[in-house]
Amino acid sequence: MAVLSLVRKEPKSAIRRIARSISRGPLHIALVGATFLWLLPTLGLLVTSFRPAAEANQSGWWNVLGQLNQLTLSNYQSILDDSRIAVAILNTGKIAVASTILIVLLAALAAYALSWIQFPGRDWLFPVMVGLLVVPLQMALIPAARLFGVVGIFDTIWAAIVFHVAFGLPFAIFLLRNFFKGIPVELLDAARVDGASDWQIFSRIMLPLGVPAIASLTVFQFMWTWNDLLVALTFTSGDSAPLTVIIRQDMRQFGANLDIIAPGAFLLMVVPLLVFFAFQRYFIQGLLAGSIK
Amino acid sequence: MVRKTKPKPPGGAKGWVALAFLAPAIVVLGALILYPTFDTIAQSFQADTTREWIGLANYREMISSPRVITAIRNTAIWVLTAPILITGVGLIFAVITEHVGYGTAVKIVLFMPMAISLLATGVMWRLVYEQDPDKGLLNAAAAAAANVVEPSGDYPGARPPNNAPLRTEGRAVVTEETVSSGGTIGIGLVGVLEPPEAKQTAPPETSSDQVGIVVWRDFKPEGGRVGKIDDGEVGLPAVPVELIDKSDNVVASGITGSDGNALLTPEGSGPFRARVPPDAFEPGFSGITWLGPTLATPAIIVAFFWVHVGFAVVIIAAGLSALPRDVLEAARVDGANEWQVFRYITAPLLAPVLGVVFITLLINVLKVFDIVYVLAPPSVHDEANVIALEMWRSAFTAHQYGLGSAVAVLLFMLVIPIMALNIRRFRGDD
Repeated sequence: MAVLSLVRKEPKSAIRRIARSISRGPLHIALVGATFLWLLPTLGLLVTSFRPAAEANQSGWWNVLGQLNQLTLSNYQSILDDSRIAVAILNTGKIAVASTILIVLLAALAAYALSWIQFPGRDWLFPVMVGLLVVPLQMALIPAARLFGVVGIFDTIWAAIVFHVAFGLPFAIFLLRNFFKGIPVELLDAARVDGASDWQIFSRIMLPLGVPAIASLTVFQFMWTWNDLLVALTFTSGDSAPLTVIIRQDMRQFGANLDIIAPGAFLLMVVPLLVFFAFQRYFIQGLLAGSIK
Repeated sequence: MVRKTKPKPPGGAKGWVALAFLAPAIVVLGALILYPTFDTIAQSFQADTTREWIGLANYREMISSPRVITAIRNTAIWVLTAPILITGVGLIFAVITEHVGYGTAVKIVLFMPMAISLLATGVMWRLVYEQDPDKGLLNAAAAAAANVVEPSGDYPGARPPNNAPLRTEGRAVVTEETVSSGGTIGIGLVGVLEPPEAKQTAPPETSSDQVGIVVWRDFKPEGGRVGKIDDGEVGLPAVPVELIDKSDNVVASGITGSDGNALLTPEGSGPFRARVPPDAFEPGFSGITWLGPTLATPAIIVAFFWVHVGFAVVIIAAGLSALPRDVLEAARVDGANEWQVFRYITAPLLAPVLGVVFITLLINVLKVFDIVYVLAPPSVHDEANVIALEMWRSAFTAHQYGLGSAVAVLLFMLVIPIMALNIRRFRGDD
């Protein structure tokens, strides 16, 4: 950009500009080529998901170029009719929505206390909570599985939800606490003078003002939990398993089950892609703020 | 830190209010991160289910297990290659996309894989890596390239039948009998599918300076005579044929027509022997086993690269756009070329951002699980093993909770120093 604006200021350099854009030909080709290459795997999955099982198991997806009429919706029809898949999609949604809401709620409450309520021990509590970021979730899988067994939620979606909440919290608290800190103190003073309670300040001032940070956090956590395989694989199975786990099971016979795997994987992608395109800015902000998960 | 610049928050010591706000988070963090961490450390020194204290036995088992050793070695390969590659390529893409009008579109395409489940990524890359060149994208491309370097013959697997008057020299097939000008000779092969539009064959008519060669499929389902052209046996088209003299020099060569016949005009009158050169039998390219024991780890790293380059590009591009424009332009006005601007201004100013990207990737790579678990076929899990995968396998497939915990502690120990670095950065931002 800077280069272009510089050039524009000198009318004489039109020739140089043309020369430059020609000399950049290979660069454009390389960039466009790389972009095309980047799309190929996704395109392959999309095309495969619309091919009849017999064809998909026999030849590569690029063969449809000559025979577009073989594309069919039947794979999608049959997996959506398959109650096993329908239940799995529902589970994926339930786990992602419930854990995202809980993370945001619990983190907002904690972040408010950590930024605006004076209490003994506050100075070490925040670093300790955020410090839990260092713990890889592998450190908690075995004890958590036992704990869920004792409480009786092992093999239910609640096991996955609660676990996601725990491992989402340190980052969420970090993000929201830093945002809440930046809210002008005068606003709170005014509210306190008017006799507002902490709960009222939290729900009427903090939450509305925190929307930008909460939006980033929501998008980020939703994507994370929707796409999760490891946690669900450990704590759920059968009727409680989300789509990732079910597709993974079918992958044991990759070729034979391609008519389930490919459309299933594509359905799994659709929601995060829509969220990504709709809320790109928030997702990337979340990543920029964190760069940690 | 904060209190120096901001007034103290109003309100006195309201411990119980704070506790009400904090309690849910504290309970969840305590029950599912803090307690499990200590419990896992304890379990790593205990027997699997009885939980008797057994000292370092689990750790001893860990360092003597070939599976864990492979996992550690592979994790080292991941750590040494993926973060540096992704950061480097991300930097290149970020700089280039800054300079082109459609840069944002490129960035969105590169970043898209980050939004997708690694399970879906695994499915996509299975399709890329399928071994059969008819099904896998990469092997299809490799087959096309291999066909240019060494074209596959039309008749791979074809061979002379037993007891035929033919012998094989390497892959080439040579007649045992000789033929002179004006004569004909046949080469009957088996192990060939019936060619489309195949015709009943017969030896060709020849003039006195020609030699006729017939190559045919010396087989019919009802059974035929070896070395003789029976009714229902068909000619093989497009087979390269040669005539060779006593000292194996090629004196004439040609290709059979649709009836399996070729008429050659040799110098001299013979005797010659007929030969089908090895090219005809060259086996086709059968595909590289990308996801086999030897190549699985690099292949999976490539898929990981595909996912994460976009992340590096987006973060680095954000860093680039925050650079002081005036400094860059001043340098250009002073006559610095693009490389000098990059080398002496952009790169040093960008170093902290590159550090963040690198460290983030490093942590991701140490904990990598999904993509290996999904992309490597289960039969290759031993060879493609990484630490996080080994932890899961020993704990949840082998139910060796002690060993699994020891591996988890190893992972924890590797992550701690890097994470500590990262958190120091957070506190610096605070």
